[in-house]
Amino acid sequence: MSRLRAMLSTTAVRLSALYLGLFALCAIALVFYVTAISEGMQRDRTQNAIADELRVVATAYRRSGVAGLVRVIERRSRQPGANLYAIAMPTGDLIAGNIAALQPGVLDQEGWTTLPFRYQRNGDTADEQHRALAQVVFLPNGMRLMVGRDIGEREQVRGLVRQALVIALAIMFAGALAIWFFVGRRALKRIDHMSEASKKILAGDLAQRLPVNGSGDEFDRLSLSLNAMLGRIERLNEGLRQVSDNIAHDLKTPLTRLRNRAEAALAGDGGGDSHREALEQMIADSDQLIRTFNALLMISRVESGSSTAQMSDVDLSGLASDAAELYEPLAEEQGIRLTARIEPGVTIRGNRELLAQALSNLIDNAVKYADGGETPEIAVTLTRERGEVRLAVTDNGPGIPPDRREDVVKRFVRLDESRSKPGTGLGLSLVQAVAALHGGTLQLHDASPEDRDNPGLAVIMVLPGEK
Amino acid sequence: MKILIIEDDLETAAYLSKAFREAGITVDHASDGDSGYFLASENSYDALVVDRMLPKRDGLSIIAELRGNGDDTPALILSALGQVDDRVTGLRAGGDDYLTKPYAFSELLARIEILGRRKGGRDQETTYRVGDLELDRLSHEVRRAGQPIPLQPREYRLLEYLMKNAGQVVTRTMLLEHVWDYHFDPQTNVIDVHISRLRSKIEKDFGEPLLRTVRGAGYMMKAGG
Repeated sequence: MSRLRAMLSTTAVRLSALYLGLFALCAIALVFYVTAISEGMQRDRTQNAIADELRVVATAYRRSGVAGLVRVIERRSRQPGANLYAIAMPTGDLIAGNIAALQPGVLDQEGWTTLPFRYQRNGDTADEQHRALAQVVFLPNGMRLMVGRDIGEREQVRGLVRQALVIALAIMFAGALAIWFFVGRRALKRIDHMSEASKKILAGDLAQRLPVNGSGDEFDRLSLSLNAMLGRIERLNEGLRQVSDNIAHDLKTPLTRLRNRAEAALAGDGGGDSHREALEQMIADSDQLIRTFNALLMISRVESGSSTAQMSDVDLSGLASDAAELYEPLAEEQGIRLTARIEPGVTIRGNRELLAQALSNLIDNAVKYADGGETPEIAVTLTRERGEVRLAVTDNGPGIPPDRREDVVKRFVRLDESRSKPGTGLGLSLVQAVAALHGGTLQLHDASPEDRDNPGLAVIMVLPGEK
Repeated sequence: MKILIIEDDLETAAYLSKAFREAGITVDHASDGDSGYFLASENSYDALVVDRMLPKRDGLSIIAELRGNGDDTPALILSALGQVDDRVTGLRAGGDDYLTKPYAFSELLARIEILGRRKGGRDQETTYRVGDLELDRLSHEVRRAGQPIPLQPREYRLLEYLMKNAGQVVTRTMLLEHVWDYHFDPQTNVIDVHISRLRSKIEKDFGEPLLRTVRGAGYMMKAGG
C-alpha cells in the first residue's frame, strides 16, 4: 500500500494525471462542439428538405385542390423512407398521410414546430413512439397540412458519438493507469537501486558507484555526475589516508631521532659546549621536521584543489627567469653552469606562488643531484607549442632509470638511499600536484638519451596554454 | 619600544614576553580577543603581535576593527595556517606582516623591530646612507666613497631593502619576501650566495665592512663599531 502511495507521489505519475485530466476535458468539449455543429447542420438540411417538399405539395394543391393534395400525400407516404405527412381537418382529425397519432397541439400553430414532438406511425403499436420536427401550413379552407421528419436517427447518432467518447475516455484512463504503473515502478526501482548504492557508500564502501544503465536519460545523467563526485571524494580520501600513512612512517623516524638526541645530551656529562651543540642540532632537526610537515600540508591542500580560488594571470616568463636568476649564483658556487632559455611573453592562468615553488623545487633538485658530471649544466627552459606551455629543468647528471621514474614523484620516495643530501622527499610530489592543479602533467625524460653514462634528466611541467 | 601580544597559549606568551624583554622591548599581554582589543584601543603601542585563532574573538576581526577606528598600529599576525590564501586574507584584513607557526624567535623579533620602527617611515627618503655607502633611489645609483658601484637590478633591490632597514636585523625569509616576492622557503639556502656577491661588490675594495651576518638570524647593514 505504501508502495502504491510512493508510486502515486512520483513526478511522472503526477504529471500524467494532470495531462490526462486536461486531455479528457478537451476531448469532452470537442465532442460537444462537434455534435452541436453537426446537429445544427442536420437541422438546416432537414428544414430545407421539408420546405422543398412543401413547395411540391403546394403546387399539387393549387393545380388540383384538396383531392390532388391528398393523392400526392398518399403516394409520397407509401414511398420507402418517406418523410412524415399529415392532412387534418380544422378539428384536428387526421384524414390522410402516414401518421397514426400526434402529440396534441402540434397542428394548432402554423410554421415550424419549436420543439421535437412525439407521434405514432401507421402500423405502430400503442406504446411505440417516435420524435419528429415538422412544418405546419394552414390551407385556405381551414384544413392543416403537415410535412415533417423523424429525428430518431439524429439522436441515435448523437448517442453513438457520446458512447464512443465514454469508451475512448475509459480506454485512455486504463492506458494511463498502465503507463503510470510501468513508468512509476520503473522509476521507483531505479531510485531504489540508487539509494541502495548510496547506503553502501554511506557505510564506507567508497569504491561503490551508482548504477548507470547507458540509456542516457536523466537518471543516468544524475548518476554519472554523482559518480564523478564520488570519484573525486574517493581520491581526496585516498590522499588523506596516504598523508596519514606518511606521517606515521616518515615523521615518526625523525621525531624519534630528535628525542634520542635530547636524551643523549641529557645523559651525557659533557659541559656547556656539547649541550649547546646538541641543542643546535635539535633545532636543525625540528626545522627539517617543520619543513616536511609544511610540504605535506601544502601538497594535500594543493591536491584538494582549494587553492584554485587564488588563480590569476601569471607571467610565466618572468617567473621562470626570476627563479633562474635566484639560483644562478648558488649553482655557480657549486661549479654548475645554469642557463635559461625562456620564451618571452608566456602568460597562463594559475597560482603564482605555487608555480614559483614548483619551479624552485625542480631547480633545487637539479642543483642537488646534477653535480656529479665533469661539467655539470642545468638549463631552465620555457617554450610554447601547439597550445601547450612546457616549463622544463634539464641537467646532464646521471638521470633516473626509466623504471624508477614513477616512484620518484611519490611522497617520501628518495632514490638516494643513503639520504646523504638534505631534503624531504616531497619536492616532486608537490610539483606534480601543482601541475595537476593547473590542468597539466609532469613528465620525466632522459635529457640526452644518446649519452649512455650520463643521460641527464629532463623534468617537464606541461601546462595548458592561454585560451 | 612597547608592544602588545595577544596570544591565548600562556606558555607561548610567557616565553615570548621574556624573550622580547631580554631584547629591550616592553611587553603587554592579553590572553583573549576581547581583552586584546580593549588593550589595543586604550593604549598606544608600537606594534601588535596577534594570534589568529583566539578565544572570544578572532584575531583578524580585532585588526579589522582597529583599522576601522583609524588606528594604524602595525600588526603582525601569527598563525598555524600558512598557506597562500591564509596569508592573503590576513593581510587583507589589515595585518602588516604574517608569520606561520612554528617560527624562530629571531625571525619574529626581526620583523617586530622593523614594524615597530616603521612608524617613522623611510619610504619618503630619496637617499639612503650607511657609512660612506650611498644609494640614490631616484637615479638608482650606488656610490661608495663617491665612487660609483654598478649593480644588477636584483642586487640593487637587495641593497635598497637592506639599507632601508639599516641597523635592523633582516632575515633571509624577509629578503625572499621583499626582494623576490617568494613566500616560501627554498630548500637550499639561495640567499647567502646573493649576499656574498653583493658584499664583494660593495666591500671588496673598501675598508670597512657594512653588511654583517648576524648568526642564527640574518643580516644587518651597519656602519662603525
